[in-house]
Amino acid sequence: MVTKIYPGEYKSLAIISNFIVDQASRASFSPRDIYAIQTAVDEACSNIIDHAYSAEDLGFIEVNVDILDSAIKITITDDGLPFNPDEVPKPDLHNPLENRKERGLGVYFMRELMDEVSFDFSNKRLNTLVMIKKRDTVS
Amino acid sequence: MEIVTTQYKHCDLVKPIGRIDGYTAPQLATMLQAPYGDDHSKIVIDLRETQYMSSTGLLALICLQKTYKSYNRGEILLAGTPEPIHSAFQLSGFDKLFRCYHDAISAVANF
Repeated sequence: MVTKIYPGEYKSLAIISNFIVDQASRASFSPRDIYAIQTAVDEACSNIIDHAYSAEDLGFIEVNVDILDSAIKITITDDGLPFNPDEVPKPDLHNPLENRKERGLGVYFMRELMDEVSFDFSNKRLNTLVMIKKRDTVS
Repeated sequence: MEIVTTQYKHCDLVKPIGRIDGYTAPQLATMLQAPYGDDHSKIVIDLRETQYMSSTGLLALICLQKTYKSYNRGEILLAGTPEPIHSAFQLSGFDKLFRCYHDAISAVANF
């Protein structure tokens, strides 16, 4: 299990991605799955900066990676404002360009690309997101 | 991310190198935010050396396409999209909003 803590700023996204790609590679995921895991984590961390903190440099992003026998488990923690993921609108995937709305794509990617995604806002100080990707699944 | 641009007679070729994410997408959006004349309302974005694109990057491209298409027959074409990024395009229905070409030369030739 490896834990890293990053400042909640957009510059951290590339550094976090490098860490995730390295961990998923060590866990022998396919290049396609590594890209999927990288995307899910990047979207989660972007959402933390955009929505939990609503600005840069207002808090931390903790990323914990646990390589299991047949999966990778990634836990992401922040101390920003909680949000209800069920209230995030479903993305607009079909409307023509002029009518496209621009919300909800990040959470949609996370749910489509990972096998399990669960948010926990029960702790009054910390928000926790757990995402699991199983090996040898088609994303 | 580095952005390399080349001007052709009928269009501009823009090549982002590296990641297009929450940190770098605004750079691309700012650079292309509006056509700066009739000769520059047609853009080919060559993604061959783009390693990663997040939803922020996708949404930036949608905003730019809206702007360019409203401007005197302007349009943004995409070229050389790597397979993982193309998969994200398909997942988001994004592939229906852009004409995509195998390589930049083919895209430039279609303007």
